[in-house]
Amino acid sequence: MKNFLAFIAVLVLGYMIVVSLDNNEAFPAYGEADVSSRVSQAFIDRTVTEDPGDIIFGQATNLESGPANIVTAIVADYRSFDTLGEVTVLFVSSLGVALLLGGKKQKRLELNFHPNFMLRVGSRALFGIILMTGVYIAIHGHLTPGGGFPGGAMIASSMLLLYLADDEFRAKIKGFKMLESFAGTAYVLIGLTGLLLGGYFLENLLDNGVIGDLFSAGIIPIVYVLIGLKVGSEISGIIDNFLTEEGV
Amino acid sequence: MDLINIVEIIVSVLMLILAFLAINSKSLVKSVMFLSALSMLAVVGFVLMKAPDVAVTEAVIGSGLVTSLFIFTLLSARKVGNK
Repeated sequence: MKNFLAFIAVLVLGYMIVVSLDNNEAFPAYGEADVSSRVSQAFIDRTVTEDPGDIIFGQATNLESGPANIVTAIVADYRSFDTLGEVTVLFVSSLGVALLLGGKKQKRLELNFHPNFMLRVGSRALFGIILMTGVYIAIHGHLTPGGGFPGGAMIASSMLLLYLADDEFRAKIKGFKMLESFAGTAYVLIGLTGLLLGGYFLENLLDNGVIGDLFSAGIIPIVYVLIGLKVGSEISGIIDNFLTEEGV
Repeated sequence: MDLINIVEIIVSVLMLILAFLAINSKSLVKSVMFLSALSMLAVVGFVLMKAPDVAVTEAVIGSGLVTSLFIFTLLSARKVGNK
């Protein structure tokens, strides 16, 4: 009977999903949506200067929002306050993991396998490459796809590789915690500076520069690097919590 | 029907097959591997749908962190009894 009820519930939910996604007004088929009438297009086309002309990559200056990657412009500029909320959500989840699994931990969790020589050497060789890719993605968040969140997750996955490579290895967790608090505090302080000097929270105080340069888009690269550091150290802390246990 | 459509259809069918295999395989490690492959194909799908930001995130989290978390959990779960 229970199975039957579950089957009926799955059928009803599946039917609702199919109906709601089946080319109705809210969910048109892929490629048929009229993007030009949406709010996002208005924001893409919108200008505050009188006649900006065409925006040319590598030449245009004095734009409303500096990043060449429009997703970054939304995530770290127009909706930066939402991003602060997201970072807070991640912080609360890492806090929960630390509360549940933390405590006086001395040793690594004993796994059912022991890494052999090849795994150890190969992971050490890959660690640097993955770490550098993560740092690159976080730093170039305003120019290329990616940004602070994927970059930070990539930094954390390089730490995970080190944990995988050596069953005695433990990172310096205190350093991660310091880095995490520093990055979070700096993000809020940048926002408060904008509030004090500019008039609203997280205002882009610095010059936008030339679109496409590494040092452009004002505070956005700084904020994204801080987010990358925070996400990377938080997920590394979570990984360390998962892979250690109490004991002598 | 041009090439990109054919690639899309191949990717979708492979994703469906991998999802089925991930649910139905007897060995849990194999199941996690199929899930990781599914994530990789989802990355290809996101790139085809012109969402590179989502693709980067999916590549790192879906096929990197989640897979290794599952593997570590499987390896650290001790067997009770002889089943």
